[in-house]
Amino acid sequence: MRRNGPLALIFHTIFVVVMVAPILVVCLVAFTPEGFLSLPTNGFSLRWFRTILNYPEFIHAFWVSLGLGALSSLVALLFAVPAALAIARYRFRGRDALAALFLSPLMIPHVVLGIAFLRFFTSAGLGGSFAALIIAHVIIVFPFALRLTLAAATGMDRTVEMAAVSLGANGWTLFRRVTLPLILPGVISGWALAFIQSFDDLTMTVFLAAPGTETLPVRMFLYIQDNIDPLVTSVSACVIAITMTALILLDRFYGLDRVLAGKGSDTGR
Amino acid sequence: MSMAAEERDARAPWALTAPALMLFVGVLLIPLAMTVMLSFHDWGQYKGIEPVFILKNWHEIATDPYYAEMFWRTFRIAILTTLLTALLGAPEAYILNRMSGRWKSFFLLIILGPLLISVVARTLGWALLFGGNNGLVNKLLMSLGVMRSPIPFMFTETGMVVALAHVMMPFMVLSVWAALQRLDPQIENAAMSLGAGPATIIRRIIMPQIMPGVLSGSIIVFSLSASAFATPAIIGGRRLKVAATLAYDEFLNTLNWPLGAAVATLLLVALVLIVVGSNALIERRYAEVFR
Repeated sequence: MRRNGPLALIFHTIFVVVMVAPILVVCLVAFTPEGFLSLPTNGFSLRWFRTILNYPEFIHAFWVSLGLGALSSLVALLFAVPAALAIARYRFRGRDALAALFLSPLMIPHVVLGIAFLRFFTSAGLGGSFAALIIAHVIIVFPFALRLTLAAATGMDRTVEMAAVSLGANGWTLFRRVTLPLILPGVISGWALAFIQSFDDLTMTVFLAAPGTETLPVRMFLYIQDNIDPLVTSVSACVIAITMTALILLDRFYGLDRVLAGKGSDTGR
Repeated sequence: MSMAAEERDARAPWALTAPALMLFVGVLLIPLAMTVMLSFHDWGQYKGIEPVFILKNWHEIATDPYYAEMFWRTFRIAILTTLLTALLGAPEAYILNRMSGRWKSFFLLIILGPLLISVVARTLGWALLFGGNNGLVNKLLMSLGVMRSPIPFMFTETGMVVALAHVMMPFMVLSVWAALQRLDPQIENAAMSLGAGPATIIRRIIMPQIMPGVLSGSIIVFSLSASAFATPAIIGGRRLKVAATLAYDEFLNTLNWPLGAAVATLLLVALVLIVVGSNALIERRYAEVFR
């Protein structure tokens, strides 16, 4: 294969700089010692990170986001693991339709989902509750949990299961001692990817969150609507740091390229 | 296998998928149906939502030019964003693919990583870079001599397209990247040995083969851009409305839920038709590539 020429490398450099610039700028401005937005910044200070502590609504929103992400991803897996095993192992009528239904939250715009859930939960008397947020997030992270579990279940070596069955294992024991350990890397990565999706979602959550159940992205969005100051950049820098940590863990466990390649290719289908 | 075991086997997949199926019917299909129903209800400032069946909201959307203009703006922004990501993302994927192993995975991580970083944080970055007439982007473009006077990015469609293209770029690079993985590098070498120059190789060998990747990437980028909320809301401000931000306004500010539901339903139906239609077109046109 031929190498890239100088023109290609210049294009590539500009491309990468533009891709990184907005994220880098947020992190740089977060360390400003000034009381206002300044670019470029002169000096370095943690002042705006300390200021976050004076805003309990951001701290509270952070815990809501964390709990919501962890719980909804877990619940999604409880539903997704059996469904993934069924889709991976059986050829049955309606299999393709079921798979399409379970992946459909990827195709439905989140603004439409937000409206549908708002209408639904308000009629059910659950408007603005944490329970409503959990159920809604289970739906939007479900495709991610399902996809990675499905990949693990499809690639699994069935002969180990057969050996276990021949030794007398069945039902729950077979699942807990043989099947689950074999698909565990996929399940954990599915949980992590689902967590990131839940943790980052704004468009759907903004319709459902009420004061008290506002997630971090919602709180940040409402704050930015009023004014943009260094405080919101330091909060963003923290969010970026958390996502990066999750990304690195995901990369170690599973390989980020596999996660992302799976993510993009089906999103539009 | 005995009869009993076979029968159990036929029921097993349904038993395993039943919980998820019930969840999806109960908490996804029913709410979506309720939203479509809602768009036919009546609403008044003082009486609130009235559960009757009328076409008032649909009539308003069809006749008031405000909605036509807003939907046209939404799709114009989505089309421009798609073009921008295709024009820049496809060459970048090609360049990435020709890099050696370690650099390849490093830059792939840099370009795809932002996909998982909060859209609010990424858009905030653009808001900082645009920042009025003396923002960093304007200063840079003027010092490079690209233009003489600053152009406004904040609260304009230009700014929305630039920021959205940045948010959507990973999807395009990924899609073209996937198409490039199916490409046999020997074909390129064969063309070269037969005397084709670099331009001919790109035009005659590479382009036709990555086109399905560009097109399926375009469908993803288009549908996500047309329904994007965070970026248009932050960059566009309160005045420049797109479908998603208008629906948000109707629901949480004006409280005219039936009208908001009609806007959302129309957006969903339009997107499903466009995505399904263009997928079918692409698959027919490039049937041999997908085989």
